[in-house]
Amino acid sequence: MDNTIPQTTPAAPKRPSRLTLLRDSDLWHSFRAHPSAIFAAALLALVALTAFLAPWITPQNPYDLAALELWNSEIPPIWEAGGQWPFVLGTDTQGRDILSAVLYGSRISLIIGFASVLLALAVGLALGLVAGYFGGWIDNVIMRVGDVLLSMPFILIAILITAIASASLPTGLKDVLAAPILIVAIAVPSWVQYARTVRASAMVEAKKEYVQAAKLIRVKPWRIMLHHILPNCLTPILVAATLNFGLAILSEATLSFLGVGMPPDQPSLGTLIRIGNQYLFSGLWWIVVFPSIQLCLIVLSVNMIGDWLRDALNPKLR
Amino acid sequence: MIAFLLKRTANAAFVMLAVALLAFVIFRFFGDPVEMMVNEQATLQDRIELRERLGLNDGFVTQYTRFVTNAVQGDFGVSYRNQQDVMVLIKERFPATFELVLVATVISLVVGIPAGVITAVYRDSRLANALQLGSIIGVSLPSFVVGILLILAFSVSLGWLPAFGRGATVDIGWWSTGLLTPSGRAALVLPAISLSTFQVTLVMRLVRAEMLETLRADYIKFARARGVPTRRVQWRHALRNCLMPVITLTGMQIGNLIAFALVTETVFQWPGMGMLFIQAVTFVDLPVMAAYLLIVSLIFVVLNTLVDITYAWVDPRLRDDSARGNG
Repeated sequence: MDNTIPQTTPAAPKRPSRLTLLRDSDLWHSFRAHPSAIFAAALLALVALTAFLAPWITPQNPYDLAALELWNSEIPPIWEAGGQWPFVLGTDTQGRDILSAVLYGSRISLIIGFASVLLALAVGLALGLVAGYFGGWIDNVIMRVGDVLLSMPFILIAILITAIASASLPTGLKDVLAAPILIVAIAVPSWVQYARTVRASAMVEAKKEYVQAAKLIRVKPWRIMLHHILPNCLTPILVAATLNFGLAILSEATLSFLGVGMPPDQPSLGTLIRIGNQYLFSGLWWIVVFPSIQLCLIVLSVNMIGDWLRDALNPKLR
Repeated sequence: MIAFLLKRTANAAFVMLAVALLAFVIFRFFGDPVEMMVNEQATLQDRIELRERLGLNDGFVTQYTRFVTNAVQGDFGVSYRNQQDVMVLIKERFPATFELVLVATVISLVVGIPAGVITAVYRDSRLANALQLGSIIGVSLPSFVVGILLILAFSVSLGWLPAFGRGATVDIGWWSTGLLTPSGRAALVLPAISLSTFQVTLVMRLVRAEMLETLRADYIKFARARGVPTRRVQWRHALRNCLMPVITLTGMQIGNLIAFALVTETVFQWPGMGMLFIQAVTFVDLPVMAAYLLIVSLIFVVLNTLVDITYAWVDPRLRDDSARGNG
């Protein structure tokens, strides 16, 4: 996970070797000079690694009902009285190992967050480029739709989409499609930001001479947009995408917590917190606390990387 | 200025019409209103009559116009779930949400402004660094997690404060307030803190950025040269010039806080509009969902428009089209 960040440096593609370029880049130097960025990247890498290796490293498959034993239920964490190996972080009321559930849940949270950012990026970049390059009524329509989306609170749009989707789908399909629905629900209110950023640069770039020249030699519009305009506005997009990744994970957790997200048989961290919330007053604090901590660690590390990236890529601060 | 005013108002009206269209489409096309309203024993004839009576056979434009006309008059129809008038339901729940948002806003200002000044003035001191770290943690903590942790600490372990409900309320006209009774105030503490965490960090970051900028200005140096005490320069001369953006932010965030209150209200079983909405979502109670969407968007749009107009009024440079940044 951590090496995806330096890789996305806006480096020119066909030069000596990417590794050397990366090692000599300002971004890499800045990264090494910021302990908080290194810490956050290491933390995120650890979380991502354990989440994706979950099937091989967890003591139990928390979704395999045959693996759950009722006499293992409500075991506290290992350092409390009554704690039992291998249930390091304790078990829930059905004998499900909390550590395993948290790792599997992180995997779902990370995938949904990542996919929704990718979807929002694809839609936002495409629409922003088209709006900024062509202008006119296309621009007007796209930006007006964006205005309307931004005039409603983010979380409200996401809830409405999931609510409508689950109301209009048959019960069997609802749970299967829960993850794709969430991805769309989070992407819909977030593409506008990318579109606005790209549109602004595309409008500026489209007037420059090199684009005029490209037009003259009949380079196709999509080629001009993708190869000439897009690379020039990647820096602010990269920062926004990183910060939005944190926001997407938060949104997914919030939706699942409210009960309109992932169903209990394929729980994300938000669903686990929702389930644990029911046992808040029965003394089984570990069911809710550990998924919460994991969620906070993920969002915190993403935000720290985003903050560092914003400062490192800001030419004013150099 | 009048041209700008008209343009901005027309823009807001357009956005509201679009949101109304969205609400109408949700209300009309996801689930059949007739099926939701009749009981099991209704005959086909009953259904056809009801359909005619509700005007569901009219054209799309006619139905949409009727929906907007009714909504403007505060008529959002009848809740599918308990057959009550939707506007009455919302009116009942609104004071709870409003008080929660109000107290959360006050907390965000009272905590956020001094914290922002401290981080700017005593830059790189231990306190400022701790506050900075606190702010990034505050941004990363989901509000429902803050709520749950607060309940665990102050209700379950210490037993100091109630974890759910609104406590005793006093009715003033149609408004029910929890601010006048001790149990009402106690019940408000944890939800308001949990709702305000994000807002506190937002205010703090903004004040810090503004202060760093302002402290470099010439009039600050001049005030120091004149012999005004440092503290006074920092907390009076500089801070005052940072407050305008803070007021803007606070105004624009109120809409967001109302929307986000639905998460806090779910955690604390707070009987506000947000709880009403979440219950409506669970029961696919479309009229309530449509009404909530319209009301929250209206608050959002009105506040944004007011902020824009105030800005243009204060700063003539913004009156031309370059103001069209944040819709």
